[in-house]
Amino acid sequence: MTTTAAAKKSRARRSVPGGALTYLLLSLWALTTIYPFFWVIVNSFKRKGLIRSDSFSIPVGESFTLDNYRTAFERVDILGAYKNSLIISAVVTAAVILLAGFAAYGMARYRFKGRQALYSLIVASMMFPVFSTVIPVFRMMFGWHIVNTDSIFLSQLSVILPQIAGNLSFSILVLTGFIRGLPVDLEEAAYLEGCSVFQIFFRVIVPIVRPAFATVAIFTFLWSYNDLFTQMFFLRYRDTFTITRLLSEISSLAGVNYGLMAAAVVLVVVPVLIVYVFLQKYIIKGLTIGALKG
Amino acid sequence: MDSTIYQKKTPLFAFLTPAFLFMGVFLYYPFFMNIYNSFCNIEGLGTAASGMNAPWYLNYAKLFQDPLMATAVKNTLLLMLLTIVFQVGIALALALLVDSIGAGTQFFRTVYFFPIVISATALGLLFNLIFLYDGGMVNQLLLKFGAAEPVDWKDEAHFFFTMSAPVMWQYVGFYFVIIATGLNNISPELYEAAEIDGAGRWQRVRYLSLPLLHNVLCTCLILAITGALKIFDLPWVMMGDGMPLNQSWLTGTYMYNQTFTSGDVDYGSTVAIVIVVLGVVISQAANAVFKEKDY
Repeated sequence: MTTTAAAKKSRARRSVPGGALTYLLLSLWALTTIYPFFWVIVNSFKRKGLIRSDSFSIPVGESFTLDNYRTAFERVDILGAYKNSLIISAVVTAAVILLAGFAAYGMARYRFKGRQALYSLIVASMMFPVFSTVIPVFRMMFGWHIVNTDSIFLSQLSVILPQIAGNLSFSILVLTGFIRGLPVDLEEAAYLEGCSVFQIFFRVIVPIVRPAFATVAIFTFLWSYNDLFTQMFFLRYRDTFTITRLLSEISSLAGVNYGLMAAAVVLVVVPVLIVYVFLQKYIIKGLTIGALKG
Repeated sequence: MDSTIYQKKTPLFAFLTPAFLFMGVFLYYPFFMNIYNSFCNIEGLGTAASGMNAPWYLNYAKLFQDPLMATAVKNTLLLMLLTIVFQVGIALALALLVDSIGAGTQFFRTVYFFPIVISATALGLLFNLIFLYDGGMVNQLLLKFGAAEPVDWKDEAHFFFTMSAPVMWQYVGFYFVIIATGLNNISPELYEAAEIDGAGRWQRVRYLSLPLLHNVLCTCLILAITGALKIFDLPWVMMGDGMPLNQSWLTGTYMYNQTFTSGDVDYGSTVAIVIVVLGVVISQAANAVFKEKDY
């Protein structure tokens, strides 16, 4: 058998052998996670009156309409907003992985006085609700002249910086936990071969920690993309808007126009779902490789 | 666990400094500014403080006498408990189940994660539509099945359920992914060895999976605790302003309300501090009870 087939077979018998009941339970939950989206997508193609009277019907023929989407696109520059979202979230994710990876490695492997204190500090910072730090952050960045400008780059920067900081705590926690669980043997072997700590980090740790990096990257990207609050606070000019910000404007304009609201929800959500579904393959690969090495 | 590689401490600084510098500038410093703010009188957002409050502990005195704050704390603690039991609990069950099947794991993983991918604001709008009194999905279903009247999901009897159910639902996938990654890390040989030694299904879970998941579960516990204290987007969109009748406040929404809606910025800062203190205290307690282990 090839290694993947063998892994699959042994994974099939891992903890508790599955059966029909297992699949049933799993499918039930899957249904609850899929149905609401299906419902919104379907409803975004209906006239608003229909949604309230009969939201379960599938719009075919007469009741099908693209009006909601037409309204949404006509009012705004959607592609530019998507681009802004992508740039911001990608930069934040890259920065967080690098910084958190470094910090987690230091925290997990080194023993030093004050390590526990530092750890508690990180946990504490997770509790800072963003609105408790945003006002002083605003004043600070205002002083640096990167807020409220009409330069797209600077506006993006003003969102990127606080978002990096906001995501570091979670990422460090997850990565530290993960690295702590790894046996030191591989690192010691590399050390005996003459690698410096930095080389050990990049050549030994990073490959093994890939699944956790993937998890952290996805969460960071998503939180950055969906972080309406920070975006609302710092983005003032239309051409700097991210897609989430832009569409929240449409939603508040929509009021009781449920059709428009549904279309807005779909426009924000579906691209992310699609990208996510494609990325899934790499995450699964990463997870499986991790399992084989373990 | 003191490997010789890590005796020399100098590289440590290189590893830790960048991240902590960022956090220092954008998290810790503003947070302490915020504490200072809670003792001051602040006229408006973005303006500097106009001198200390008189007396300086004014906001804190207000806090202890504030019935809305008491409601918020009570609701949040209840939510926290529900989060730990249901979100993490369901996630754990699902992760164990998914781990045990051969085919279809990818599908389930992809699908369970959907709610997290979606912004909480969008979800709030979605659930508002679902729980709408006049023509929402749930009420339409109820009427179809013969209920006499639609239910007002946001009245005093039901609001807690309506507020907490979406929150529960959304983050199950989050803990599911973390636990599933942890489970994946357990070598299959261990299970096979146990099986050969005669361990039955539940024994393998109880004596192998759960202990080896210990660290991961600790992380989840802390995330659940801190998450409940901060939660904002979903409850705000669904139950803005403490509907009904100021009963649905959570620490997160109350803080936002005080800072931005009521404009009482310094009091808002005070509430934020309570959130942090509560979080630290409760998670330290949890940590002490469920100590982390190194392998």
